[in-house]
Amino acid sequence: MTQRNPAISKGIDWSLVWIYILLVTIGLIAIFAATYKEGDPILQSFLKFRTDYSKQLYFFFGGGVLALLILLTDSKFFSATANLGYAIGIFALLLVFPLHSNIKGTNSIIKLGAFNFQPAEFCKIFVALALAKFLSRPETDFSKSRSQLIAAGIALLPGVISILQSETGLALVYFSFFIVMYREGLPSVFLLIGFALAALMVGTIVISPNTFALILTGLAVFMIYIFRRQIKRQRGLLLKIVLIWILCVGIQRFAVPYVFKNILQRHQVERIYDLFGIDNPYAEKKEGETAADAKKKKESGSQYNVRQSKIAIGSGRLFGKGILSATQTRGGFVPEQRTDFIFDTVAEGFGFAGCVVLLGLYLLLLFRIVTVAERQRSTFSRCYAYGVASVLFFHIAINVAMTVGLAPVIGIPLPFVSYGGTSLLTFTIMLFILIRLDADRQMVLR
Amino acid sequence: MSVFNQSRSRIIRLIFLVAFIIIIAQLFNLQVLSGKFKQLAKDNAVFEKIIYPERGIIYDRKGKAILVNTLIFDLLVTPAEIKNIDTLEFCRLMSISLEEFKKKVTEAAIKNTSVRPSIFEDLLTPSQQARFEENSWRFPGFTMVERPVRSYPFNAAAHILGYISEVSPKQIEQSNDFYRMGDYKGQNGLESYYENILMGQRGVQYLIKDNKNRLVGQYEKGEFDEVSIAGRGLKTYIDIELQQLAEKLMANKVGGLVAIDPKTGGILAMVSGPNFNPNDLTGSDKSKNYGRMSLDVTGPMLNRAINGLYEPGSTFKPIGALVALDEGLITPSYGYPCGGRYFGCGSGKPACTHSGGGHSANLRAAIAYSCNSYFTHLYRMEADNPKYGNVKLGYLKWREYMNKFGLGVKLGVDLPSENKGNIPDTSVYNKENAGRWNSCTNLTLGIGQDKMQATPLQLANAMCLIANKGYYYTPHFVKEIENETEEDTAVINKFRTRHNVLTHIDDSSFSAVIEGMNDVVKFGTARVAQIPGIEVCAKTGTAETYTVLDGRRIKLPNNSMFVCFAPKENPRIAIAVCVQNAGFGATWGGPISRILIEKYLNDTLQKKSVADLERISKADLMPAYFKRLQYKTDSVRAIEWFQKTKDSSYLEKYTSAITKPLPTKPSKKEIPFNKKQGNKDFVIKENENYLRKQKFGKPA
Repeated sequence: MTQRNPAISKGIDWSLVWIYILLVTIGLIAIFAATYKEGDPILQSFLKFRTDYSKQLYFFFGGGVLALLILLTDSKFFSATANLGYAIGIFALLLVFPLHSNIKGTNSIIKLGAFNFQPAEFCKIFVALALAKFLSRPETDFSKSRSQLIAAGIALLPGVISILQSETGLALVYFSFFIVMYREGLPSVFLLIGFALAALMVGTIVISPNTFALILTGLAVFMIYIFRRQIKRQRGLLLKIVLIWILCVGIQRFAVPYVFKNILQRHQVERIYDLFGIDNPYAEKKEGETAADAKKKKESGSQYNVRQSKIAIGSGRLFGKGILSATQTRGGFVPEQRTDFIFDTVAEGFGFAGCVVLLGLYLLLLFRIVTVAERQRSTFSRCYAYGVASVLFFHIAINVAMTVGLAPVIGIPLPFVSYGGTSLLTFTIMLFILIRLDADRQMVLR
Repeated sequence: MSVFNQSRSRIIRLIFLVAFIIIIAQLFNLQVLSGKFKQLAKDNAVFEKIIYPERGIIYDRKGKAILVNTLIFDLLVTPAEIKNIDTLEFCRLMSISLEEFKKKVTEAAIKNTSVRPSIFEDLLTPSQQARFEENSWRFPGFTMVERPVRSYPFNAAAHILGYISEVSPKQIEQSNDFYRMGDYKGQNGLESYYENILMGQRGVQYLIKDNKNRLVGQYEKGEFDEVSIAGRGLKTYIDIELQQLAEKLMANKVGGLVAIDPKTGGILAMVSGPNFNPNDLTGSDKSKNYGRMSLDVTGPMLNRAINGLYEPGSTFKPIGALVALDEGLITPSYGYPCGGRYFGCGSGKPACTHSGGGHSANLRAAIAYSCNSYFTHLYRMEADNPKYGNVKLGYLKWREYMNKFGLGVKLGVDLPSENKGNIPDTSVYNKENAGRWNSCTNLTLGIGQDKMQATPLQLANAMCLIANKGYYYTPHFVKEIENETEEDTAVINKFRTRHNVLTHIDDSSFSAVIEGMNDVVKFGTARVAQIPGIEVCAKTGTAETYTVLDGRRIKLPNNSMFVCFAPKENPRIAIAVCVQNAGFGATWGGPISRILIEKYLNDTLQKKSVADLERISKADLMPAYFKRLQYKTDSVRAIEWFQKTKDSSYLEKYTSAITKPLPTKPSKKEIPFNKKQGNKDFVIKENENYLRKQKFGKPA
């Protein structure tokens, strides 16, 4: 990573490196603020491997070493081993089933000595590489639905396994690879269908079933009226509209309730409904439990996180309270603050200004990656770059949206900032593989 | 294809940007637009610890502290920290049962979580404290915290000093939320009257707490903390030794006693019987004691010195003379031909103690012999004074004089809840007599009877008026407030204002009244008050009392009334004593006053007085009817309690008592109810009014 070694530094995109260092530093400060206890010897704690911030610091150093190793690796290595890597990743994911240790409600962690190892986390790298590899194959014609299906399969397989390990949050990340596929020519209609499904889901949650069915019917009738001329000429259109109508009502009436009842866990459904401020209609009422009891329980349970998180963020005001005067953070009112809710620390300590700076850095990073992606000559590199951007975007957007109450609480970390070795190393490796590929952007990789 | 994909790269950027803008908009909404979160965070994390200042100390006239602060300890428990303790040993030490221990710990954990300390036992007794202190290391999870408590080192002056207790929700509301839950407030006596001065200023310490409500440090380095300011002390006129002596004398008696320094209006001693030890209302047994006293029909917590209503009787006579003198109706040499009865209204009533004539040749003699006719006549002269046209206007003028003397109005002593006594308005007589009445209707007002009622404080104050020859200061306790501010001066200035109420009486006329009172001591009814070397002026009084019990009107023994001041020249102490249902004025009031005067002026007691002190302090003059009344009141309350709560625990005592003999009724002569004397039921009325306010508490 030093300028003195021209062989390594040649072609490296330094702006990405600097943004990376800045973000990790912000993360270290935030973790320090969230976990520092009055009277701790700061320097000593930083040097020893005891506190969270010192651990994160060593992970940072470890990440640096890994980054250096990656930069020393030949860029062909990544494309050559992509499929092998994917296989290893899936194998590791499957290994979790017999080997997992039970840590805070998740079944996705393998304990290796002092380290907790979460395959679902670093599997993202292999998926990004494997997807890039598949899409960059000369024989792949992505306009064919067969290829599209295979690509989707590659992206979603680890997600499905993750769901079985009750890691819904991490599973959802794999959906972000659709952005890569979109860039590579996935028809826009899929994007539209995605949005339509989302709208249908929100509608199902927010609007009462009968009213929503009526609205859908009204919409169908309206469409038939608008297209009455075309229908006269083309009977099939009417059938299409009716089929879509049946599909929509079916989803609204049966599919969504089925998913909520049988696939998602109770607390996840709870969180989704909390987001809209609606009582969960699928909650099983306990006997003798009054509405007030249930409300109280909710306030101390599922709503507590988001409420305390909002208080922490909101109380930061424009310029924040200062990193060690942040009472919400210091008092430990927000659960999981050093990991999933680390954004609160920044928001409370540095206020709106701090948030804008942090989010600005992230946006800069994402835009820079897109720019880098677009300047690649090799499809593999471009696809991989988009993969990195998509995964980062999904993590950032969902994590921050969840802390401000715009998304349901799913446990995914904020890249580079959240405490956690696996997460930090995963994103470091992802980013530096990109930087390595970009350094050889003149080369065409297959 | 390339161009098409380039546009998609732009769309992807747009998706990124839109998502970020939405998030930033929400952040802007939360952090900049919505103001509530800052307060919510503060509520979450900042704990306002109220720092209670020490309450002010009250001193007597010689600078002795008579109301101070001491420390008592509360035992706190933090349930989560209890580990490996010998529970049985702990229960044994604290003398509680194992079930009680478990219950208390569970309650604490439920109420206040198991990681925060909550009170396990408040106000430890000294022995509990000592036992715990020695063994505290064996019981992790338990700690003691000190709590300042008021303490009365002389065990005296309960009614004067008052007590403090936790504010009630109603008081919090009345104070516009100045007081908060758990605050202590003066509830009676000087503690209540001078609450603002004694309480000082609360301090606030802002501390940071964490998600489990544990305190973890100072908020903003104590920048917003407010320092508490200790309450200021009060210097009073109370002579604590005199007070203790007076309380000893009034032991086991019902009534009131007030001693005032006439030159300042400062109250030297004030006793109400039955009395109680003020320390009963502090410390660990306070609620038990409070409950016991509030259910006692004798009303130990009632201050009869300012709330007891007594017919002054003959003690009023020197006061009545002042009206006639000030109006110029008589001179000291004025005589009235009394032949043992007053025939001015034809009925021959009232009669005089002295049956023969010649005891009312002049004012001095009339006072000395306590001539009823003379003073009845003086009253009628004022009421029928031609200057005022008719009896009603004349009476109003007479009443105005009474009010000027402090009778029938609140004097404004620095204690809460003072009674104004009774000097009836004309409307009362109009109503009773259908508007047609004359000075014969209420002629006994002249000798301190009829509807006249006064508190011992008012009578003592009237003595000051005579002793000072025409002026008095509003009776009060507090001489000085420590570091007096302008605001305090405004409060206390009314006690420093001289009330010149009699300006038309010359010195020699006053002397006639004073000499008359001196004669009462020399050879009249108050001979018992003679002190060698001190000229005492006094007047005795005896008032008939009645009560209604079990539907019958019972005549009770007379109230013993005694007023005096001494020495004759340059008086330094004025006393009014009323001992309820004790007999003649001189029998009890006389020696009580004498002993107090000796103590105050000579600081020693003569041999006779030492013996009297012994005798009087041991005499039990509690009226017998109280026993019966107590039984009745308690049983009625037990029934009411049962009807309200279906809890028969109180009632059982009375249902089982049916098989036992009932307490004997006082065997007093029964007197048929007499309408004209209907107003004389004041003794029992006072008790009933008092008791009506008391509620039945939980079983002690």
